[in-house]
Amino acid sequence: MSIIVENLTHVYNAKSPFETVALSDINFTIETGEFVGLIGHTGSGKSTLIQHLNGLLKPTTGKIYVNDFNINDKNLKLTEIRKKVGLVFQYPEYQLFEETVYKEVAFGPTNLGLSDWEINNRVKEALNLVGLKFGDIKDRSPFELSGGQRRRIAIAGVIAMKPEVLILDEPTAGLDPRGRDEILNQIKALHSKYKLTVILVSHSMEDIAKLVDKIIVMDKGKIALIGTPREIFSQVEILEQIGLGIPQITQLVRKLRDKGINIREDILTVEEAKKEILDLVREKKNA
Amino acid sequence: MLRDITLGQYYPINSIIHNLDPRFKILSSFAYIIALFIVKNIQAYFIVIGFLGLTIYLSKVPLKYILRGLKPIFLIIILTLAVNIFMTPGEVLYRIGPVKITREGIEMAVLMGLRLIFLIIGTSLLTLTTSPIELTDGIERVLSPFKKIGVPAHELAMMMTIALRFIPTLLEETDKIMKAQMARGADFESGNIVKRAKSLIPLLVPLFIGAFRRADDLAMAMEARCYRGGENRTRMKQLKFEARDYIATIITIFFVISIVVMRYIL
Repeated sequence: MSIIVENLTHVYNAKSPFETVALSDINFTIETGEFVGLIGHTGSGKSTLIQHLNGLLKPTTGKIYVNDFNINDKNLKLTEIRKKVGLVFQYPEYQLFEETVYKEVAFGPTNLGLSDWEINNRVKEALNLVGLKFGDIKDRSPFELSGGQRRRIAIAGVIAMKPEVLILDEPTAGLDPRGRDEILNQIKALHSKYKLTVILVSHSMEDIAKLVDKIIVMDKGKIALIGTPREIFSQVEILEQIGLGIPQITQLVRKLRDKGINIREDILTVEEAKKEILDLVREKKNA
Repeated sequence: MLRDITLGQYYPINSIIHNLDPRFKILSSFAYIIALFIVKNIQAYFIVIGFLGLTIYLSKVPLKYILRGLKPIFLIIILTLAVNIFMTPGEVLYRIGPVKITREGIEMAVLMGLRLIFLIIGTSLLTLTTSPIELTDGIERVLSPFKKIGVPAHELAMMMTIALRFIPTLLEETDKIMKAQMARGADFESGNIVKRAKSLIPLLVPLFIGAFRRADDLAMAMEARCYRGGENRTRMKQLKFEARDYIATIITIFFVISIVVMRYIL
């Protein structure tokens, strides 16, 4: 499922005093099965961009192809695109409305017109994937559950539609560290198990560094940088200019290098750093 | 699609009308509404059009923007027209079976239809040119003489401020939830009435829950900042009647008098 975006521009409230250019001249390609991180400041156009990818917003100018579908095509059935591209909004727990968890997760698949048997299977599978026990939870009201559980149910509601591309807008915002790790691990598992294309919008450089193959950095409606995590996080000056940072562990490694310790600069995760530092210590002992 | 409603949405530019005292604007809107209901013949509408036209011109708000506010009440206007054309007794012009169109009916329909349109345009002008804060400040001051007979002026004004303040927020929220449900394959636009009404449940339930949550948070935040009602509250911006307000008052009085003259004397 490749996604191609060409010269995409989007203007909100055109020709009124509230006119704002949210996106200008965006170009990128995402290959099937890639895990892409989208980072940028609040108001940099991330949310606007992802809403284009399943046809919720139409480009003011420019082209978007999802697989072979052209989003601009007037004859295109939008349900087709929405079946292929699943979008989990920010704070998705606020969109829940059904009496039971089962009905809630079944909402998407039901809209796709699937058989009851298929819906039942998908709900079971989706709840399982987000780490909830189908039997325990299916008849409970989503409103009596905790915030983290509600969010997972909302994510399950999108997963149950079996999209080929899964887009998540800050899925971990406002969660405690354990809730955050659980959700991220589940997303990672989904990506490797089902070969889903995943686009993750996040503010956490640590999460992005740990998970993704490619990073798109947005600033003021434009793409500032695009590349692998190592390429992106080596350009500290540009990132800091935009008001973003690098993972804390990468900062630590840079500080160590400033002190004259000979350690690799492009370390992005704590595990990598641990290994490098242990190697260094052993080397010293042996020497 | 939800951004079409201009009522209650401030249009932030600088104009003579924007700078008028909100108390005057509220009272003159009131006078304008009463005047509209005094009008009984179509000729008098030319004065209304003149007054409205002058105000719109001076306010610098684009006409297209103002007219957008009429869209939501389009159906009501059509209904009013239909009811008046077919239900008013009088001199019959056309007759199709049991349905008859009368001359009086057509006159009445035009009168009522225009009255509705002018009403909406006039009142949306008030909210387009007055920021919500000014508006409620004005309402509070206009109502304050009635405090003695137990009118809770400050509380009413505060409730209105809050309601106005949350219109855009709720619209935004509606937009967001709608999109989220559309991403899950919900369809708000096709099907018959029953199906459409049903399709609104996934929108309305989260919206209501969200509104209650917001109300709770707001109450808490106000409490945390020691809000205790209107007693001894001072203002950052004092309202003051200036020369332009007196001129505008004279024009408005002139307008109302001419409407009254058209009705009762000519």
